Amino acid sequence: MSAVAETPGAAPARRGKVATDRAKAERKLGWMLCAPAVVVMLAVTAYPVLYAVYLSLLRADLRFPHNNTWVGLDNYGRVLSSSLWWSDVWHTLLIAVCSVVIELILGMGLAIVMHRALFGRGLIRTSALIPYGIVTVVAAFAWRFAWAKAVGGFVPKALGMSFDPLDPTHPFWNYVVVILTEVWKTTPFMALLLLAGLTLVPEELLEAARVDGASAWQRFWRITVPLMKPAILVALLFRALDAIRIFDSVFIISNGNNPKLETVSILGYNQLLNRLNLGLGSAVSVLIFILVALVAFLFIKGFGTSLAQQRGET
Amino acid sequence: MTQARGSRIAGWTSANFIVVVFALFPVFWIVMLSLKDPSTIADGRLIPSKWSFESYKGIFKQAVFTDALRNSIGIALIATVIAVVLASMAAYALARLNFPGKTLILTMALAIAMFPPISIVGPLYNMWRNLGLFDTWPGLIIPYMTFTLPLAIYTLSAFFREIPWELEQAAQIDGATPWQAFTKVIAPLAAPGVFTTAILVFIFAWNDFVFAVSLTSTTAAQTVPAAISQFPGASQFQQPTGSIAAAAVVVTVPIIIMVLFFQRRIVAGLTAGAVKG
Repeated sequence: MSAVAETPGAAPARRGKVATDRAKAERKLGWMLCAPAVVVMLAVTAYPVLYAVYLSLLRADLRFPHNNTWVGLDNYGRVLSSSLWWSDVWHTLLIAVCSVVIELILGMGLAIVMHRALFGRGLIRTSALIPYGIVTVVAAFAWRFAWAKAVGGFVPKALGMSFDPLDPTHPFWNYVVVILTEVWKTTPFMALLLLAGLTLVPEELLEAARVDGASAWQRFWRITVPLMKPAILVALLFRALDAIRIFDSVFIISNGNNPKLETVSILGYNQLLNRLNLGLGSAVSVLIFILVALVAFLFIKGFGTSLAQQRGET
Repeated sequence: MTQARGSRIAGWTSANFIVVVFALFPVFWIVMLSLKDPSTIADGRLIPSKWSFESYKGIFKQAVFTDALRNSIGIALIATVIAVVLASMAAYALARLNFPGKTLILTMALAIAMFPPISIVGPLYNMWRNLGLFDTWPGLIIPYMTFTLPLAIYTLSAFFREIPWELEQAAQIDGATPWQAFTKVIAPLAAPGVFTTAILVFIFAWNDFVFAVSLTSTTAAQTVPAAISQFPGASQFQQPTGSIAAAAVVVTVPIIIMVLFFQRRIVAGLTAGAVKG
């Protein structure tokens, strides 16, 4: 009632006083509401990471829990000087780069179909979401069973292959299957991130270009791609970081033991949980963390301006 | 004119067809595999020559699978509820309130979203064993809710920003406290966004393999993805292909149901978090 009766002249003075009280209450409420989430995130990620750093400086073996000794950077020296670590880094990057590049191309196509299709958009979006939602282990098994000659997969039979493409003696085919699995599973996610960018491209601009005689190909490269560059970069960054952590599908497709297909996450897992070597395994964990941080840093540094632009717009 | 229209329709029909086949074929294949009679599993045919439900009957008799299914459902639901409650509180604050430290919280959430889970599996394994959380439900619920909080906070704050400010102000002018404005006015408006976020969080928890395979060891807490990867064959010399295929189809059913019913929401949720994050 009083709010209605207020004269326009009196309002600013009153609001100023209320604002300070409100600002205090607001700040307190803000912190209170964020506190639980922040505490959980710190306790379950920051603390274990620091703990991993500490463990990586010890010679710690879970089979002999009382024999921990301080060895400094020894574990890092051992990991970084082993050819195993570097070949696993290479495997990981190979899978990540191949799958992300293919996903970007297919994802763009899928995003355009989802955005522009004259009919059946609901059907397309629903079908595309199934690979996104499906359990990665299930996807990996589906692809493994389709390709493995040993368990009667139909693909080797259909392609007339005389060998088992999943056998460790055929690394090229091992990679083909892993990359196909990754591409199938994550292209829809890529496409949805790109779709978000596509919807921001103003229709009038495309229409104007069409009237001026630009072909569909020109409109795509000259208008759509430059305008959705921030979305492309975000999608690439998210997928790249995700691809470097690849674990589930490789674990299933390589059946847990194919040195030619071992990625850094599998190496860390094996050191920690099979060999129970907490010190060495933690050093691997910390190095993976650094690898991911490095890629994220290079990405954000390299394309920082476009990301900042996007943030400014929204 | 009509000819151009006809060719466009033909073009889109084939584009749609390619997308649908690309997306569904591997699912179709694993369903076919699960319906093969155990004696014909390794015959390399796409369509079963002899249909049977033997594989399904088999897995529902095994405690390894039925317990895992129970664990998967329980753990994913509890993790979803907790993550969504904590994230809603934080997202409300981040979207609506002014307080120092906002950027820090958003940066931290983003850093965790990009975080490699394998980096904390080792320390968690050790900590959980000391704390008695190894191979228990909370032992998986805690990492799941943590790793889904960033996604949930980003998605929810994107949705919360869309809610009209004026309504909250109107409630406060009518005498509501900020807390009342939250529970009475904003919460009902935010429900669709919260629901969407819950779906995304559930999919993450339902999907996880790294934590499940590292932090559990028995049927007490093992979830389906971890259990499938360790399925024993019916005998030492028999591949558990049929059981794995059947179990795979069973865990895919909830995902397909969610996608069928909530396709619009999932798309909205994923794109909202991406653009406005």
